[in-house]
Amino acid sequence: MLPTESKKALSFKRYIEEGDLVIVYERNDVMKPVKVIKDGVLQNRFGVYKHSDWIGKPLGTKVFSNKGKFVYLLAPTPELWTLVLSHRTQILYIADISFVLMYLEVVPGCIVLESGTGSGSLSTSLARAVAPTGHVYSFDFQEQRAVCAREDFEKTGISSLVTVEVRDIQGQGFPEKLSGLADSVFLDLPQPWLAVPSAAKMLKEDGVLCSFSPCIEQVQRTCEVLRSYFIQIRTFEVLLRTYEVNELKVDTGSMIGENQDADNEESRPSKRKHRSNEDDTISHDNSYNATSVVMAPPCSEARGHTGYLTFAKLQCLYLSLKGWIYNSTSYHVLDTL
Amino acid sequence: MEKNKDQAVIMSENNNNNKAHQDPNPRFASEGCSVLLDVNDGDRLVFARLSGGAVLKIGNKNYSLKPLIGAPFGSLFQVETGEDLSRILPVKKESSSNNVIDDARDNRELIDNNEAQNLTGEEIEAMRREGAKGDEIIEALIANSKTFDQKFQLSQEKYKLKKQKKYAPKLLLRRPFARSICEAYFKKYPNRIGFLRVDALSLLLTMANVTAYSDVLVVDMVGGLVTGAVAERLGGTGYVCNTYKGNSPPSVEMVRMFNFTDKVIERIVQSSINELSSAKTVSPEENNHQEGVHPSTSDMVEDTAVTAEARVVVDDVVLESKIVKAPKAGAKASKEAIEMWKENGFSSLIMAAQDQDPWALANDVLPLLSYSAPFAIYHQYLQPLATCMHNLQQGKMAINLQITEPWLREYQVLPSRTHPHMQMSSFGGYVLSGIRISTT
Repeated sequence: MLPTESKKALSFKRYIEEGDLVIVYERNDVMKPVKVIKDGVLQNRFGVYKHSDWIGKPLGTKVFSNKGKFVYLLAPTPELWTLVLSHRTQILYIADISFVLMYLEVVPGCIVLESGTGSGSLSTSLARAVAPTGHVYSFDFQEQRAVCAREDFEKTGISSLVTVEVRDIQGQGFPEKLSGLADSVFLDLPQPWLAVPSAAKMLKEDGVLCSFSPCIEQVQRTCEVLRSYFIQIRTFEVLLRTYEVNELKVDTGSMIGENQDADNEESRPSKRKHRSNEDDTISHDNSYNATSVVMAPPCSEARGHTGYLTFAKLQCLYLSLKGWIYNSTSYHVLDTL
Repeated sequence: MEKNKDQAVIMSENNNNNKAHQDPNPRFASEGCSVLLDVNDGDRLVFARLSGGAVLKIGNKNYSLKPLIGAPFGSLFQVETGEDLSRILPVKKESSSNNVIDDARDNRELIDNNEAQNLTGEEIEAMRREGAKGDEIIEALIANSKTFDQKFQLSQEKYKLKKQKKYAPKLLLRRPFARSICEAYFKKYPNRIGFLRVDALSLLLTMANVTAYSDVLVVDMVGGLVTGAVAERLGGTGYVCNTYKGNSPPSVEMVRMFNFTDKVIERIVQSSINELSSAKTVSPEENNHQEGVHPSTSDMVEDTAVTAEARVVVDDVVLESKIVKAPKAGAKASKEAIEMWKENGFSSLIMAAQDQDPWALANDVLPLLSYSAPFAIYHQYLQPLATCMHNLQQGKMAINLQITEPWLREYQVLPSRTHPHMQMSSFGGYVLSGIRISTT
């Protein structure tokens, strides 16, 4: 999924080969990850697709089933992966993920710690952000989830960037060996405040912590603990509003002097969500002065809440008043101050 | 203040040893680097380039930024006495979670008649001249306030904070990241970045799958914010190519705010849409003529931008000596690179062009992407994006199309006083995202 050298960038990936992971796109909300195998087949409501037909084709093209129906084959990205991965837990979606990456100030080369791993939705995006030289250490207390996550990362080709370990971060804290090495830490735990002292220990000075919690009470308790170690503590909620795009017939004729049936003329919506598989023919009825107008109403349903994101920066404390002392072991003088 | 000088010297030695200047992720503010100064916990965000002569105006006084040179990012400074900034350690805050609810005092006795404070302005000024520390002045103000004791405990805290901001301002040294640069601009000059809020910017980067080794095409008419943010994620690999209509590339001045190493800067290039789309390659002379093409237009752009910047964004920083100039971003893309993109296409696209019609532009630049490449188009208005999305659907040029509007709300989290901020930005723009497909 992530290029490991310039020749492997998406733009160079011109033809589908055996062993590739592709995202089969039926429509906006029907997608599926498929590994291309020489004699493999994909079956859906449109018929049977032979993998052998796919090999050698460019990504982003149509492939046809035995019934002549088509799907698109796409290169996997963390965003598409988030939409198709198997949910073992509640996952983070694009709005939160994007914001977390931005506020954690994750750039190539960073070391990021994460707990829990969950379904690996965020981990995949973190891996993309730290590549090619950084690393993500992800912890989950459930063996099974860790195993599945490792398999997924193997499948998506990011296993060299993410290490998954089984560990109870709330109970045991992060492993000592990572002390003072992390640029950022992400917590998605039921009781994040328990992990805050350990997270502070892992972070480099001025490193960033993020805690994701669905409930405000969790945020409240976390912030109380954060204040002892961190500065610039800020809590956000980030959501997305999505819009439909419809072409409508709108009557632009004059109201006066015309005898129209008001019921029929009250906007005639060609209400169609866009669907790539269908022909976008718009029914043409000859209403008097109807004009086609493209309009964008908000979708009627949306995710109303995911969680609160709390960010904080580790205090910079190693300045001894007698002068500058800088060595890597003097990071965590907090308790002695 | 002796102490500070010593500190700076020791640290700058440290920096030289570490070659901090070219460290892709520097942890110290070295001389000549760009820094973000956060005054009084986010009240004011100011960019500065550190030099011995740089000063920052807080209130009506100028303070030398010299003590900041060599300090680690994240250091806190305070004006303790008179003229100088000195590094302070953050005070470990005591948890004030208890008793808050039990405090029964309220504002029934408070009368807003401006007579609560016994100290006069002259008296405060006199204290300052005598070298009183900010904290001492605050103590004096509290002692001379008739109403302080009647205040609700939380109002007392608020009062102290207000006075601290005035008499003992704090300054936090921050490393500029796309995040902080975007935030600072959005706060002060949102129109210069097309009202691109930080959450919208983060969506653009994610939706365009920006990662190391990718070749990202951008149409950046927001001063270089998008270009810089992409370059930050590329970390000196791949390319960010800023494309434009016509002959003169738009300014990407904001890239200077980031502390990019030369390696990263080299990956920031520009090329006109014509050059990228023409079937024939531009003649070699023209390509070798980088310098010839540039000086007239781009140097001028740079000059005006620098003065404008010095005047407005860094308005509070007076640069006494000639600043150490960061290497220049936005060189013309090499012939080889252009050839490569013509053959393989770009791996993704981000458009943030305020005054352009998204559809007209998308129609020109989408064909420059490889198939299956994701794109994200930002616009301040919804309608042009709706039209663009409709046309892309009709032309079957892209799939997975979606228009989203980010929504961001910040919270005050305090014991017994948690609530959303009273003010929020209700407008961060719209993003149209999708994936380019083969039309055949």
